[in-house]
Amino acid sequence: MKVAVVVFPGSNCDHDMLYALKHVLRKDAEFIWHQDADLTSYDMIALPGGFSYGDYLRAGAIARFSSIMREVRNFAGRGKPVLGVCNGFQILTECGLLPGALMRNENLRFACKHIYIRTENASTQFTRTLKPGQVLKIPIAHGEGNYYIDDDGLRKLYDNQQIVFKYCSPEGNLHDQFNPNGSLDHIAGIINEKGNVLGMMPHPERAMELLLGSDDGQYIFKSICS
Amino acid sequence: MKAVIKVSLKKGILDPQGKTVNNALHHLGFNTFRNVRIGKLIELHINGKNKEEAAQKIEDACKKLLANPVIEDFTYELFEDKD
Repeated sequence: MKVAVVVFPGSNCDHDMLYALKHVLRKDAEFIWHQDADLTSYDMIALPGGFSYGDYLRAGAIARFSSIMREVRNFAGRGKPVLGVCNGFQILTECGLLPGALMRNENLRFACKHIYIRTENASTQFTRTLKPGQVLKIPIAHGEGNYYIDDDGLRKLYDNQQIVFKYCSPEGNLHDQFNPNGSLDHIAGIINEKGNVLGMMPHPERAMELLLGSDDGQYIFKSICS
Repeated sequence: MKAVIKVSLKKGILDPQGKTVNNALHHLGFNTFRNVRIGKLIELHINGKNKEEAAQKIEDACKKLLANPVIEDFTYELFEDKD
């Protein structure tokens, strides 16, 4: 499997993403610049975290119009896997590949810490090495991760089992105090209807080695890459 | 022509910035103020003199980029440009 890690001006987790794939998991992965437009040789696209275009206007709003995103849309249309983490998730909602929007954290603070997420859907291609309800310890680092969708949209997410991760306590309980950003229904990650585009605010690529506090992110990458 | 575009959070969507500013205003004694909402103001100039055409373009730009229809509403005004 060959993975493209898209680099936008202002991406800052691109190296973490490449490190996770290439050096921890020994997968074939490389950077691709946002002005490049040929994704034919890749099996998966990763949109990394960061502050593409300085988060000007809204996080992800400018990046979605870069030439690579047209190709990412086609790539996703062919059913191939796309993973968006943090700013990558924001770009995916801005460009309409995922429903809803990510707003300013409810407490207006940038949140940078380890949190816990519960696996709500363990049957996606991104979560198949996980058990339903399994809790992962993964870091977050964002100021705009407050997920919002209207009532109809939320119902659709539940009906199609598109909510993949929710913020929770270390034991897996849902409560406002474990929701770091005010996300609706504690949503931390969602998948598209077809099940090949996953967006999540927590950073699995920063949870690949116990030395750095957790290697729970490996479950997600091993699910997609094996 | 000049356009002044206002982008605001949709009604019913919590605006934590507005809420915080509301509290700060109350601390300063502006107790009669309520429902503070914070949005964005975008100004731009458009070449050409056709107002209808300009309005169409502004609508289009707002829907595509300047506002996110999932969470935001927009309004705009067009003015004759002096330059």
